[in-house]
Amino acid sequence: MLIESMTSLGVPELVAQLIYAGLVAFMCINFVAVYAGLISVVERRVAAKMQSRVGPNRVGPNGWLQWLADGVKLILKEDLIPAGADRLLFKAAPMIMAVGVAASFAVLPWGPAHAIAADLNVGILYLISISALVVIGILMAGWASNNKWSLLGGMRAAAQIVTYEVPVAMGLLPAIMIAGSLAVSDLVNAQGWAPWDWVAFDNPFAMLGFLLFLTGSVAESNRTPFDLTEAESELVAGYSTEYSGFRFAMFTLGEFANTWVVGAISAAIFLGGGLVPPILANVPGAAVGVFILKTLFMVFVLMWFRWTLPRFRIDQMMDFSWKYMLPLALLAFFGQSIYFLATWDSLVAQSVVSHLMVLIFLGVFFVFINRVLINYRHQATVVNSYKTETDYLVKTGKIVLAAPKEAAADSSEQEEG
Amino acid sequence: MGKSLKTEIMTINMGPQHPSTHGVIRFIIKTDGEIIHECIPDVGYLHRSIEKIAEAVSWQGFVPYTDRVDYLAAMNANWAYCTAVEKMIGAEVPRRAEFIRVIVGELNRISSHLIAIGATAMDLGAFTPFIQLLREREYINDLLEMACGARLTYNYISIGGVNWDVPPNWTEKIGEFLDHFELAMEQMNRLISYNRIFINRMANLATVSAETAIDYCFVGPNLRASGVKYDLRKDIPYSVYPELDFEIPVGEGREGAVGDCYDRYYVRAMEIRESIKILRQALKMMPEGEFQGKVKNNIKPEAGVAYVRHETPRGDTGYLIQADQKTSPYRLKIRTGSFTAMAAIPELAQGVFIADLVAIIGSLDVVAPELDR
Repeated sequence: MLIESMTSLGVPELVAQLIYAGLVAFMCINFVAVYAGLISVVERRVAAKMQSRVGPNRVGPNGWLQWLADGVKLILKEDLIPAGADRLLFKAAPMIMAVGVAASFAVLPWGPAHAIAADLNVGILYLISISALVVIGILMAGWASNNKWSLLGGMRAAAQIVTYEVPVAMGLLPAIMIAGSLAVSDLVNAQGWAPWDWVAFDNPFAMLGFLLFLTGSVAESNRTPFDLTEAESELVAGYSTEYSGFRFAMFTLGEFANTWVVGAISAAIFLGGGLVPPILANVPGAAVGVFILKTLFMVFVLMWFRWTLPRFRIDQMMDFSWKYMLPLALLAFFGQSIYFLATWDSLVAQSVVSHLMVLIFLGVFFVFINRVLINYRHQATVVNSYKTETDYLVKTGKIVLAAPKEAAADSSEQEEG
Repeated sequence: MGKSLKTEIMTINMGPQHPSTHGVIRFIIKTDGEIIHECIPDVGYLHRSIEKIAEAVSWQGFVPYTDRVDYLAAMNANWAYCTAVEKMIGAEVPRRAEFIRVIVGELNRISSHLIAIGATAMDLGAFTPFIQLLREREYINDLLEMACGARLTYNYISIGGVNWDVPPNWTEKIGEFLDHFELAMEQMNRLISYNRIFINRMANLATVSAETAIDYCFVGPNLRASGVKYDLRKDIPYSVYPELDFEIPVGEGREGAVGDCYDRYYVRAMEIRESIKILRQALKMMPEGEFQGKVKNNIKPEAGVAYVRHETPRGDTGYLIQADQKTSPYRLKIRTGSFTAMAAIPELAQGVFIADLVAIIGSLDVVAPELDR
């Protein structure tokens, strides 16, 4: 539409397309920057909540501008390049990493299935390949830093990301088979608004594919339990040990932006994307809102993993992928094929299976919530209470606690009345 | 290409400012990629000549220095030193003081083990358990602060008793804390100890047989994890421990071989349970009375040697003091568990991954100031 209006004003079509692409890219990059900043605050606050801490709470209202302060600080820092470093690679590595993440935003949906910056017909393939660009950045950073810890981090990153590409791509296969297309918009539109229409709950094999994709994506985005590349207790800071200032900020930005990519792809392909019930179809922003909510939920799940689980060891991580995830991914693929053949003609059977899946999921969820509540009650056991402060004073007659007695009497009177 | 490819062993310097060496310890590791071929611990970065300082300060004046020997278990260090001096001058300790010492000692043992467990978990990448356990430790610090006014270096136990009596509501506070803590510890076990990733990391790693453990002079939880049931509180009983009923947990190969990293880790978790048991009993049995025995202000013992061994959180801590009728020790020697544990690292760390070395250090519970003194 924008392109047409520009060409009608006499702008050559190629220029108009470039301007359009530039505008979209500008919006995407700004979104990445702001999102990465905000989510860093969110993550720190979530982590703080899980660890009985407060988290950032000084800059801005409730600490919500902490990311600006961090950014300004990082930009003002000295840009240090260590002696003996490969200067060109050292400088290029953060950019490649950030570009790899930002480029994947081209095929991400933004709510309604057609709202995609570039709805490629091989969208998913593009995403898988472009996100692998990150590993080159990490490897370059590790190699160019002239630091042995960085080198180890870079080596780990290469092994890890190459390993986990396979189960991630295989985990997406059930969804691709259901939709019969590689374009992200088709993958979204193949689903429905209700949970039993989502790919994740379509059948057990699709669910398996979803879980594999999620696990593999955690590994690809280098977050705990797969954060071996920057394992701070082992490798100091891994590949980013020697980085400072804005270059370090680029790495961090790439990592945080990656959470959105993982969340958005999970939400779009497995959890119904921005599809809304027919009642809400005409409400402006409903699709975007639903989509963003789903994405942020997945991002929260990633944070949850990060702050709960310990880290794998490098050989265990490789074993986990090749010995468990790859066979399971194959199982998901063949299972999905057989499921297709078995239920091809019977819509009833498909519907029963997907409804059962949702029910089972709700059951698991209920049990889980129950466990959370038990833990919460354990946490809430009182320590250092007022009672232990006053009890001995009352016993020895040093103070008389009058107020509680009156309150008790009042309440009993009210009950009687 | 295979033959022309030149490979060489990479020497990496881990420490003294490395995040997971628990203080300033340095390891020179020679690796082939991720696999460690040789690991040479380099100690001495935290040497403060505490043993030499002892020769210049008075007998009582050395107590604050023992705090600094092992800052995670300062009470136990105070206690061991004071017992050594008491043995030398033949001082009597009132019964109430003995119970107060047991209570603060066990509280400090819990807080030290919390750090050991939490730091191991953090070295393995789980940050949340560490912070949660630090929160529990904070309550213990509060309780010890109620008793003596300090939170880390207490200087509470004096020769012949304790420096101050405990506040009157102290026992209730501890009881309340223990009720909370037992649940919280179970929760921590569910969060980290029984985590499959964690178990896979720790089980069957750096297995130390009973013979090797004895050969390397392992003490305390490290020794017990190898299946040797040896605890000074039972075997060479001191203070009022004979009156208290508690078990000595030993490594049973819960998830792998006996004496692996997981056993060393889990023995500490079990010891915390036993300490809770001891605390509950001691709180009930603590009598009223004096908290400080009759000891002269200016101690001048007869010439002689006294050696006292105490079961501190890091094992058998020995204080050897030699007196020559002066107001300060002629010679003082401290024997600590971290030092001997550190000596085993070159053997344990052969052929393991770099990530495993971190787990081994964590499971041995090496504390740098105790290592160097």
